[in-house]
Amino acid sequence: AGEKKPGEKAPSEKKPSKKKPAEKKPAEQKTGQKEGGEKKKKVKRHHASRNPVLARGIGRYSRSAMYARKALYKRKYTAPETKIEKKKKEKPRATITKPVGGDKNGGSRVVKIRKMPRYYPTEDVPRKLLSHGKKPFCQHKRRLRASITPGTVLILLTGRHRGKRVIFLKQLATGLLLVTGPLAINRVPLRRAHQKFVIATSTKVDISGVKIPKHLTDAYFKKKRLRKPKHQEGEIFDTEKEKYEITEQRKTDQKAVDSQILARIKQVPQLRGYLRSTFCLSNGVYPHKLVF
Amino acid sequence: VFKRFVEIGRIAFISFGPHAGKLVAIVDVIDQNRALVDGPCSGVRRQAMPFKCMQLTDFVLKFPHSARQKCVRLAWEKENINEKWSATRWAKKIAAREKKAKMTDFDRYKVMKAKKMRNRIIKHEMKKLQKMPSKKGKKPEKAQKSEKVQKTQK
Repeated sequence: AGEKKPGEKAPSEKKPSKKKPAEKKPAEQKTGQKEGGEKKKKVKRHHASRNPVLARGIGRYSRSAMYARKALYKRKYTAPETKIEKKKKEKPRATITKPVGGDKNGGSRVVKIRKMPRYYPTEDVPRKLLSHGKKPFCQHKRRLRASITPGTVLILLTGRHRGKRVIFLKQLATGLLLVTGPLAINRVPLRRAHQKFVIATSTKVDISGVKIPKHLTDAYFKKKRLRKPKHQEGEIFDTEKEKYEITEQRKTDQKAVDSQILARIKQVPQLRGYLRSTFCLSNGVYPHKLVF
Repeated sequence: VFKRFVEIGRIAFISFGPHAGKLVAIVDVIDQNRALVDGPCSGVRRQAMPFKCMQLTDFVLKFPHSARQKCVRLAWEKENINEKWSATRWAKKIAAREKKAKMTDFDRYKVMKAKKMRNRIIKHEMKKLQKMPSKKGKKPEKAQKSEKVQKTQK
């Protein structure tokens, strides 16, 4: 009964489509075009299933019987692939060899390009990647102690300028603090200092109007080193930068910043002498008891 | 031998405990170790307090034993204890100690400079006086010392 219905429908549907062009002209053109287009694209209307259903999921005829009923022996459109053709076919690369550093490591590893999934929908929750939650350094959160604000006098604790009192300017992108002596007062140039190795005093200078040049970034202060071993072992120690030379740009930047700050330092009595002095501990002085 | 006694109306300074640093008047004695104490003008409620945490001061008020807080307050304000207390050396020493503890690094630097300057002046004068072998020496030396004390109290 199911087979007959589509058969009936086909001629009955065609009749009303033929009647329509008599009624309206623009509709006629559209449907006429549609019919023609339909006839060209669609080869045939799809036959209903030739395999009646006995129960859900179970058909009346077997696979081979269906093959015959659907006349698939007539419907072969491509020749089967020969073995030679199969061998010649270019497959996409599955693995890649990558070089590996270190001693006695074998030099290289074979790595899969397309890796096995780490989550199958039958598992409860997708397993997290090993690198989950691990950000690269450039995306780390930078924190600054509340006691350190622009204009605070800091005491440097490490480095060649240890013990010197210095003025804080701003925090750079990597989290290091940009700091200046000023140079004329205690020979500390525009320099980076680490927050952890610094004591923040409660003495502050008003630096609100001071303009710090924008090109003073981490890249500006980064140490430059030659890393190209052109020569062999003989001359390693000569080619790399032995002496640090102060560039003219550093001098002009130093002047530009310091001139603004020195004016403000002069306004506070005794501050200049304070910045010139160094911090030291003596008998009976305990850092945990001092108020900075 | 003893000049300050525990009596009704004696003002005491509390040395330790939750009310450390405040003044109270002894209103009544409870037993060998405790007193009924009240500090209406110093923010101490009327309560029992052990004698051990009290240190007697020179001030005494006049009111009858177990007088109520209003009376204690009147007596306190009449004698102007708060002002008298802050004028004593005891209170000044306490205040100086507190200031010293709060000194910041910059303050310490300023004190160091002031002390240095003061000592220099004193030494200079001393040297001058040592050079002239006469009795005029000691009086002007003391007068100058008291000038420099004012500078260091910053």
